[in-house]
Amino acid sequence: MTEHLVLRVISKLLIPPILLFALYVQMHGDYGPGGGFQAGVIFGAGLILYGLVFGTEAMRAVAPPRLLVVLACLGVLLYAGVGVASMIGGGEFLEYGALSADATHGNHVGIIIIEIGVGIAVASVMTIIFTALAEWR
Amino acid sequence: MIATHLPVLQVAVPLIAAPICVLLRRGSYAWIFTTVICWGLLAIAALLLDQVMSGGAISYRLGGWEPPIGIEYRLDGVNAFVLLILAGTAALMMPYARQSVEREVRPERRHLFYAIFLLALTGLLGITATGDVFNIYVFLEISSLASYVLIAQGTRRRARTASFQYLIIGTIGASLILVGVGFLYAKTGTLNIADLAVRVPALGETPAVLAAFAFITVGVLIKLALFPFHMWLPNAYAYAPSMVSAFLAATATKVGAYMLLRFVFTVFGVHFAFETMPLTEILLALSLIAVLAGSLVAVFQSDLKRLLAFSSVGQIGYLGVGIGLASVTGVTGALVHIFNHALMKGGLFLAAGTIAYRLGATDLSALHGLGRRMPFTMAAVVIGGLGLVGVPITSGFVSKWYLVQAAFEQDLWPVALFVLAGSLIALAYVGRVIEAAYFRPPPPDSEPVQEAPWAMQLSTWALIAGSVYFGLHTDLTVGIAERAATVLLAGAP
Repeated sequence: MTEHLVLRVISKLLIPPILLFALYVQMHGDYGPGGGFQAGVIFGAGLILYGLVFGTEAMRAVAPPRLLVVLACLGVLLYAGVGVASMIGGGEFLEYGALSADATHGNHVGIIIIEIGVGIAVASVMTIIFTALAEWR
Repeated sequence: MIATHLPVLQVAVPLIAAPICVLLRRGSYAWIFTTVICWGLLAIAALLLDQVMSGGAISYRLGGWEPPIGIEYRLDGVNAFVLLILAGTAALMMPYARQSVEREVRPERRHLFYAIFLLALTGLLGITATGDVFNIYVFLEISSLASYVLIAQGTRRRARTASFQYLIIGTIGASLILVGVGFLYAKTGTLNIADLAVRVPALGETPAVLAAFAFITVGVLIKLALFPFHMWLPNAYAYAPSMVSAFLAATATKVGAYMLLRFVFTVFGVHFAFETMPLTEILLALSLIAVLAGSLVAVFQSDLKRLLAFSSVGQIGYLGVGIGLASVTGVTGALVHIFNHALMKGGLFLAAGTIAYRLGATDLSALHGLGRRMPFTMAAVVIGGLGLVGVPITSGFVSKWYLVQAAFEQDLWPVALFVLAGSLIALAYVGRVIEAAYFRPPPPDSEPVQEAPWAMQLSTWALIAGSVYFGLHTDLTVGIAERAATVLLAGAP
């Protein structure tokens, strides 16, 4: 896509706000609409836009597939880790209240960590699917 | 403290283990890790069954939310028994997996294979353990998606078509279940099985309940692969990698049978399902056709794995007969057959896999003279095959004994006759395998064949020996199954 100057310039302008907006949706999920899944999709869409315009080679440099696979797994493990941590804290599986002495505080911490795990996993998996399909021969 | 968390650990441990398997990056490490996990799951399942048998049903509140608002894991005699079957077959098949997977799966994909295997196991265990109908759907999707991927790993290109066919039919089945669950939720406002069991009968014969019943029953029958919804099964089992064929044959359709039991007996209730709705007639008709047609088609197969797959279609018919009779004896027979058939068919598919490992093919013509060249493997095939026929001493006899008895209890002697006819046809297809292996000379230009590696034989023989052991010692299986059947027919869980 070297000849499409407008597309290249506009995407370069757009991608940072997209990624930033993803982080906003991620953190805002605690108070209103949003959360890990939506944030992950938006973040993944930013990376995919980069791949569409600048090619999969450039995308590999930014987001190496091996790293993405590791991140996807860590995202799931982060989620499950909260479940295990709340069991160790004396609650049931995924009972976030048990994460802290104050149940409300525990609920806040638990849901934020879980949503971050979801966000990481979804963003990585979206990008992995795109790379797998784009490079499929 | 850990004992109270066992119900959720049963499902969460393989779910957490799957991404760890991906991170291990080496097939051999992933195999060791998966083996440890599977034996751990077996220990958990055994402890849970022991708890349920001594102390009655266990309830676990996920996230500390009180049921019916929150998701509940509820274990009674029925699903604790099925959990043991699932974890047990997975654990016993793990010694087999290493060499089989090394042969059939590319090196860079082996660790991923074990990860997806663990996800499939997670889904199946989850469907069984949960006490929430929407949760059943979610776990059904997890196990199905993982199974499609596992089947597509088969060495032959037709594995991809088989997997795609299963994907289409399986998705239709799962969607029908979801629609049915939606109807129930719209009418009752609850997804908890114990809560539904109270509220659904109170609704009576409203159109929404009838629609929910129809959607869920057909959806589950597709997953169970009862005739005429069996079309996905033969190809999927025949072209999947050996380990996957054996694992799915031993577990996937059994979980389908469990779902049918749970929805029909617990959610809708015996009275509605069998007296208001003609489920007995429908199930008996379809099951008896399955027994006869599945077994007959198996007789004319030229490939051992396809033969075993069609035999599975027939054997699923026996499960349908037991459930359709809706008596304690019938359901006991079905539950015992779930257990026995998992051992027999799992062992037989493993044996077929070892033959493919040594010969590279499972055509019956390739089996000529194999009785002398691979004596142990072929002996396992013969004993497992006799179990399918239902010869006394093998466990297949025990389950058929109960089914025939249940048919006579209700004076349905034609049903008993059909069950016995199915056994005779099974004798014909097992006879074909025996004839090829023992009474045909090996082809003159054949290369010498070695007996299979000991680890693969260990798994095969563990399952086959189990099928004989539980044919002689029926107290354990029949005892548990009878108590479970009584619980199911009593209505509320």
